[in-house]
Amino acid sequence: MTTGSPLTPATGGSEQPAVELVRITKEFPGVLANDRISLELRRGEVHCLLGENGAGKSTLMNILSGMVRPDAGQVKLDGRVVEIVSPKHAIGLGIGMVYQHTSLVPQLTVLENLMLGEAEGIRLNAGRARERLRDLGGSLGLDVDPMTTTGTLALGQQQQLEIIKALWRGSKVLILDEPTSMLTPAGVAELEQIVARLKAQGLAVVFITHKLHEAISMGDRVAILSQGRLVGAIEPEELRTATHDELQERIIALMFGGQQAPAAEVVELTDEVEWHAPRRPSDAEPALELVGVTVEPGPGEIGARDVSLEVLKSEIMGIAGVDGNGQRELAEVIAGQRSPASGDIRLFGHSITRLRVAQREKLGLRYVTDDRLHEGTISSLSVAMNIVLKQIGKPPYWERGRIRYAAILAKARELIARFDIRTPGPMTRVGALSGGNIQKVVLARELSFDPKVVVYSKPTYGLDVKTTRSVRQTIREQAQAGVTSIVISTDLDELLDLCDRIAVLSRGSITGVVENGPNAQQRIGELMIGGKAA
Amino acid sequence: MTETAAAAELREPPRPGAATRGQAQLGRVGDFLLRSILPLLLALVTGAVILWAIDVDPIQYYKDVYSGGVEFAAWQDSLMRVAPLLLIAVGLIVAFRAGIWNLGMDGQFLLAGAVIAGVGSRMEAHLPNTLNLVLLFFVAGAVGAAWTIVPAVLKARYELNEIITTLMMTFIGINLAQILVKGPFQDPTTTTPQTRAFDFTALLPAIPGTDSISRRWPGVHVGLVVAVLAAVAVWFLLGRTSFGLRLQVLGASTRSARHMGLDVSKLIIVAFLLSGMLVGLAAATEILGVKGYQRADWNPAFGLWVVPLVFLARLHAIGVIPYVVLLALASIGGDFAAQNAGLTPRFTLLLVGLTLLFMALTEWVARRAQLGGSYLPGASYRRQRAEGAG
Repeated sequence: MTTGSPLTPATGGSEQPAVELVRITKEFPGVLANDRISLELRRGEVHCLLGENGAGKSTLMNILSGMVRPDAGQVKLDGRVVEIVSPKHAIGLGIGMVYQHTSLVPQLTVLENLMLGEAEGIRLNAGRARERLRDLGGSLGLDVDPMTTTGTLALGQQQQLEIIKALWRGSKVLILDEPTSMLTPAGVAELEQIVARLKAQGLAVVFITHKLHEAISMGDRVAILSQGRLVGAIEPEELRTATHDELQERIIALMFGGQQAPAAEVVELTDEVEWHAPRRPSDAEPALELVGVTVEPGPGEIGARDVSLEVLKSEIMGIAGVDGNGQRELAEVIAGQRSPASGDIRLFGHSITRLRVAQREKLGLRYVTDDRLHEGTISSLSVAMNIVLKQIGKPPYWERGRIRYAAILAKARELIARFDIRTPGPMTRVGALSGGNIQKVVLARELSFDPKVVVYSKPTYGLDVKTTRSVRQTIREQAQAGVTSIVISTDLDELLDLCDRIAVLSRGSITGVVENGPNAQQRIGELMIGGKAA
Repeated sequence: MTETAAAAELREPPRPGAATRGQAQLGRVGDFLLRSILPLLLALVTGAVILWAIDVDPIQYYKDVYSGGVEFAAWQDSLMRVAPLLLIAVGLIVAFRAGIWNLGMDGQFLLAGAVIAGVGSRMEAHLPNTLNLVLLFFVAGAVGAAWTIVPAVLKARYELNEIITTLMMTFIGINLAQILVKGPFQDPTTTTPQTRAFDFTALLPAIPGTDSISRRWPGVHVGLVVAVLAAVAVWFLLGRTSFGLRLQVLGASTRSARHMGLDVSKLIIVAFLLSGMLVGLAAATEILGVKGYQRADWNPAFGLWVVPLVFLARLHAIGVIPYVVLLALASIGGDFAAQNAGLTPRFTLLLVGLTLLFMALTEWVARRAQLGGSYLPGASYRRQRAEGAG
């Protein structure tokens, strides 16, 4: 271990905790995200935070990392009460967080990204930084080329770099937010080894996950969160001695407060990967074709290079890949929101490359954007208005340019019922609804005016288990009704659950298309790694 | 960092409006009092303190504003002042609703004024008067609109910031108007740099009834009717038509507008043209109704006066009328009061500035207290409509 390394040798687990969270409470309007949660993080331990989306895991850790200020409660570091006022402050205190979404600047090299976080001095000392990277990488068993452009790294490597970046800044507490969500099985194994080394070096590691088996296999301690409350904890003792099945049963019991857990939710929590066989008719014709589509990257984007893809009628085609690998560029070029530098896009055999958004819309092409708050809806407009936003000017909602409230309200009421949108009324502002209901508003609009081909971009991102299930069900029903679907997702399980075929998108190119089936996950993993440079 | 912050926020139960809940607690009346009345009152009080500090009796001053703006037949002057102010206000509302910061209104105004003063006074001999006046209104609207074309195209095509381009165009417009007045439109019979004056009888006719009150006063010209009709038309356009909704969507988010399949470039250009046209009409009411000619050094800077008002009225085309009336009264009466108190007539502008300052402060305090809403394009008016219709 070199001097200047933040890693100190393991000091054994049981004296004073590195971090104590005491009765942390945080309320967002309408939601008690954290309700008097107390937690102790110890050096040399992996503490798993388990709970479904919306249980309050991320809020709790955002409080620790300075992103969110708590309404009540204390944070103690080494027994001292501290008030963490900003992410910068948290980093200064030795708390590092690795998010699901990369914070690396893709155009910069590995070394440049690491030096970005350096606090002291104006001049950059590349030589010293290079040495430090070698030390840190070595201590984790990683070999990273300092001069590689980070944008060209595979997902797993980017994540490893994020971990190094956190250590670079001297983190003693490392928070990993759903780190396995987009890793291949091999990537997960690699991550496990890194976490073991971090542990051995005496770091307190927090591992946020919503997957039961991960919590059991990775954690020295498991804290179970549900609806903002800490509903139970599994101590190291128990984790070591009990069998996997016993632990699983116990955790499920804790999560549902001793009541009988709904079967579907248990499946949701315990299953690792659920694939289904393609149900695509073999003689189907292509509905949407991309032929050599290239998109110039915008600022901070990767663009798309020579993408060719054929989506058959009424099939569900998945597009897998890490966020920021050209998904948005591809979705927008299909929807017509930007134009390709070259290549052709065909809908039912006819080129639509030169058509505008509204014209493609008329042909039955729909785009469910992942940015439902700032792109997919206008939060200051009512639910009813948002539902007809793509019908502006068309009868029966507008007659000779004049708005017809009666027709709009009638349609809105119908769709609110059909899509089970929980809203006080059709004239409630969309901004007042929860994320899940906003997503339902978007789906109601995109799926109810005779859609033929729908592009879904991260359709269940940030939604709770129940809404996720209903959204996926909607996608399936649409497909059964003959609608062709393209599902872009960063959640492999979601794609395996939904799709007939899955294309892998890596750094703006399709590296392969996989038929869904027993070996799909592994093959997708190979395709992702196969796209790795260097 | 922002990317991850946004992501984190999304992942957790989203916080549906810090805005909404606070708003509900405050209520619509409270919201109106807080945002639309309070800044005005604070400005008047602060103005009084300033007056008091420089040894002017504030009560007498405000009394003078009232009597100078309303009493005798001064109300006629005040009402005539409403016409250009209101037209500029609705012109700004069209643009601001679409999220377009047209700040070039003074250039659009003066240029339109110079052209119709110069051209109209020559045409009056050759055309029937009514036709001449109607034509001049069209010309003024066209000139005002034309002066927005450069910023409009630059924004629509190259996404250039229109705040900068409209401000630059306003400087060019003001100077071009001067050049026109001193050059081709110069009245050859005088050395004063000004256009030929219209024949007194060739100006806008009075609204029937207003001219019989006193022999000395010619009555309130019909430009006021034009302005009020324009306000009603803009209100209808924005609130009741598909075009209005398109503008609102554009104003809320360009990305959304693109996503919804709207022709963003076209909307930007149309909103700009409409805005400039209304500002041009404002010049027509002032030149054809009150002035009768344009001097090279004339620049009333009405546009700047109006900016705070449209936000106080939350970009509501009819809601802005009372504010405009108040401002017109204060600007006419303010001249009189300032004269009596030995101050510069620009003291009224100080009050306008203070109003703007207190609006900003109110906004800041309200945001800190999470009261929700905003002066900025949108929220309140739409919400009220939504509740009204639901």
